[in-house]
Amino acid sequence: MSDSAEITAAPPAPLLELRGISKQFPGVKALDDVSFAVYPGEVHMLLGENGAGKSSLMKILCGAYSADAGEVYYKGEKVDVSSTAEARKLGIAVIFQEFSLVPFLDIAQNIFLGREPKGRWPGIIDRRRILRDAKRVLDSIGFEIDPSVVVDTLGVAQQQMVEIAKAISQDARILVMDEPTAALSDREADLLFALIGRLKADGVAIVYISHRMAEVFAIGDRITVLRDGRRIDQLRPADVTPDHLVRMMVGRNVDMSYPRHFAERPGEVVLQVKGLSAATGISDIDIEVRRGEIVGLCGLVGSGRTEVARAIFGADPVSEGEIIFDGKPIAGEPDVAARRGIALIPESRKSEGLALLRSVGDNLVVAALNKLFPRRLYDPSDAQRTADGLIRQLRIATPSARQAVGLLSGGNQQKVVIGKWLAAGAKLFIFDEPTRGIDVGAKSEIFALIDRLVAEGAAALMISSEQIEICHVCDRAYVMRDGRIAGHLTRSELTEENIVRLGMHDE
Amino acid sequence: MSELAKDTPRPHWSFLSQNAMQLFYRLLAAFLICAVLSILSDSFLNLGNILNVLRQASLTFFIASGLTLVVLTAGLDLSVGANVALSACLAGMVIHQTGSPTLGILTGLLAGGAVGLMNGVMVTAMRIPSFIATYGMLWVLNGVTYWYMAGETIHGFPAGFRLIGSGYFLGLPIPVYLLLVFLAIGSLFAHRTVWGQEIYAIGANPVAARLSGIPVSRRLLLVYTVSGTMAGLASIIFLSRLNSAEADIGESLTLPAIAAVLIGGTSLFGGVGTIFGTFVGSLILTLVLNGMNLLSINANWQPLVTGIIVIIAVWLDMKTRRPAS
Repeated sequence: MSDSAEITAAPPAPLLELRGISKQFPGVKALDDVSFAVYPGEVHMLLGENGAGKSSLMKILCGAYSADAGEVYYKGEKVDVSSTAEARKLGIAVIFQEFSLVPFLDIAQNIFLGREPKGRWPGIIDRRRILRDAKRVLDSIGFEIDPSVVVDTLGVAQQQMVEIAKAISQDARILVMDEPTAALSDREADLLFALIGRLKADGVAIVYISHRMAEVFAIGDRITVLRDGRRIDQLRPADVTPDHLVRMMVGRNVDMSYPRHFAERPGEVVLQVKGLSAATGISDIDIEVRRGEIVGLCGLVGSGRTEVARAIFGADPVSEGEIIFDGKPIAGEPDVAARRGIALIPESRKSEGLALLRSVGDNLVVAALNKLFPRRLYDPSDAQRTADGLIRQLRIATPSARQAVGLLSGGNQQKVVIGKWLAAGAKLFIFDEPTRGIDVGAKSEIFALIDRLVAEGAAALMISSEQIEICHVCDRAYVMRDGRIAGHLTRSELTEENIVRLGMHDE
Repeated sequence: MSELAKDTPRPHWSFLSQNAMQLFYRLLAAFLICAVLSILSDSFLNLGNILNVLRQASLTFFIASGLTLVVLTAGLDLSVGANVALSACLAGMVIHQTGSPTLGILTGLLAGGAVGLMNGVMVTAMRIPSFIATYGMLWVLNGVTYWYMAGETIHGFPAGFRLIGSGYFLGLPIPVYLLLVFLAIGSLFAHRTVWGQEIYAIGANPVAARLSGIPVSRRLLLVYTVSGTMAGLASIIFLSRLNSAEADIGESLTLPAIAAVLIGGTSLFGGVGTIFGTFVGSLILTLVLNGMNLLSINANWQPLVTGIIVIIAVWLDMKTRRPAS
């Protein structure tokens, strides 16, 4: 690694350095002799598949776990980060994917939660001061909003800004961000990147965990790749290509182009949506999906894609329009849609797709109970056989069908969600962000699975914020804007530019 | 024990493997209590006393078994005791007016089921949290029962009817046979029917259950109706055993039933628990109270002891249950 002129700003000593960190869990070595250093004013990208050790490393950084071996140095001095309080004292703050804000308190109260400035009377909070201080913090990160707004009413991007403001107000010098753009639209992500730039200029060190290759090259100053708990390499974006990084992460060659067997001539119409409107903010939606097709549904986050999926599945009531499935109109609750052969693979796997405490087997058969046991007598060994078959077929990595599904990795959890609809014999699969939070290797497996589904005669409607995925995988796509269909792109028109152009608010 | 804990390639009996340990501990606790009581008191291991314990436990179990289904869906039914009182009074009145025990039994079951159905409608169609809906129902039912009875007591029923609660068959009290029947039906329903599986799925994650095509509202209606009907059944056995009906007979029933469910290992958060566990819970609760009577411990101590047992049982569950992550 050659020290080039551009990082002369970085002092010789790193702000925080981990040396030879190891962490053992029953049965797995989560971290094996990992060394890792962050310098002030840099964005240090942390890459690795799920299970590579990123989360464990992050938890050691913030004092939630203590390492079995290894040392932590802060500005060259050996320190002890055995509790979250210690970590906070050192100026380490973590922005988790699940925010830790109190939804019914306002922004100012959230920022100063637990360390409210004292007022004149003991136990009384100086409301005016807390608002003033909050405003100053928000201004310093360039977030223009009234600090008395209740957090519950904010969007994901704004809540994230509040989390960052909270960290900054605690004098955070090392900010760890776990997939911060996972739930953001492209434009919101750009705002976040601008903020990151400002924090860098102030000398804040940022550890950034990402699954998105584009970000790694757009904002990363250095990259550390982890695999199986070990540090594979540390390098600069300029010295590496995306393909090379992917190979390092997975330890094998992964085809990023997700090859598909595009349907020469798609089959008959499976789903026809005519003039669909719903109180959730979608109006006049026309969509058609044919057997053997993967149809994309794209647009910005909040453009109404998930709402369309939910309306088709019966999860939200429809106010106007018609949904025709397999030649017959369909209306009612999700149980009707499921019985007719529609499957929804929801966006938030953990809260909507799975019962995390139940076993893999229970989750795999839950949508197929009617089909497997038409006389409504449940037979555990039948259920077990079905589950075992799916585990083999989908290559779900689990010790047994009895394992709690919450203990599986993201990719394997997603396979369970898809698997339950395979068991139910669904004919139309609606995927809402099927690859969110899933590592590269598992992604291509999921796409291969979707490809096989449609090749065998099913149909798929796929929502994704990753335009590149839509372009690679879909036969054609609808683009949404502000709750309406803004346009339709055929296979030959399907490019990232066209999707972005149609999806933008101000065309 | 090791046989159950091991991963066998045979049928997976998911409820057994998940709950076997917890049930085993509970049965062990019940046996220990029996052992201690038989040492401390000469009259404990007397056949009459044992049968009395079983009959007592069966009354708690009828109410608690229906309640278990509600709790499995992460709900609660606080109106069961008040439901027993109203159903018993209505059934008693019908028997007195018509002289037909059959009509009375039907009235009790239907009244109980109707109350349960109303609870279900409040929880599903009106989306009122079950705790609040059934708490309100408790007051409404008490109000109706006190108004209807106007301080009267209905007393004296035909001998045939009284056999249900106090009769014997082959040396065992009739309620004990009913207990075994409903224990079997309840366990089969929970573990060997699709409805049972759906109830566990709803309790574990209602949103995921709905998005997996389970008709959540209809299943909740079913569960609350069953809970109410079981309260109706309990009301018949009470009526028959007490040979009288008064407005206040339900007041001391709800909290012990909840205690039996909790001691039996069913989680108030839903998705975890068994009907058999609730049976053992009813048994433990009854044994302890019986033992305190035998040892002439002042009855004023009973609530305190019940409370401590509930807390210890739930705490041990939390300690031994596998963590989620």
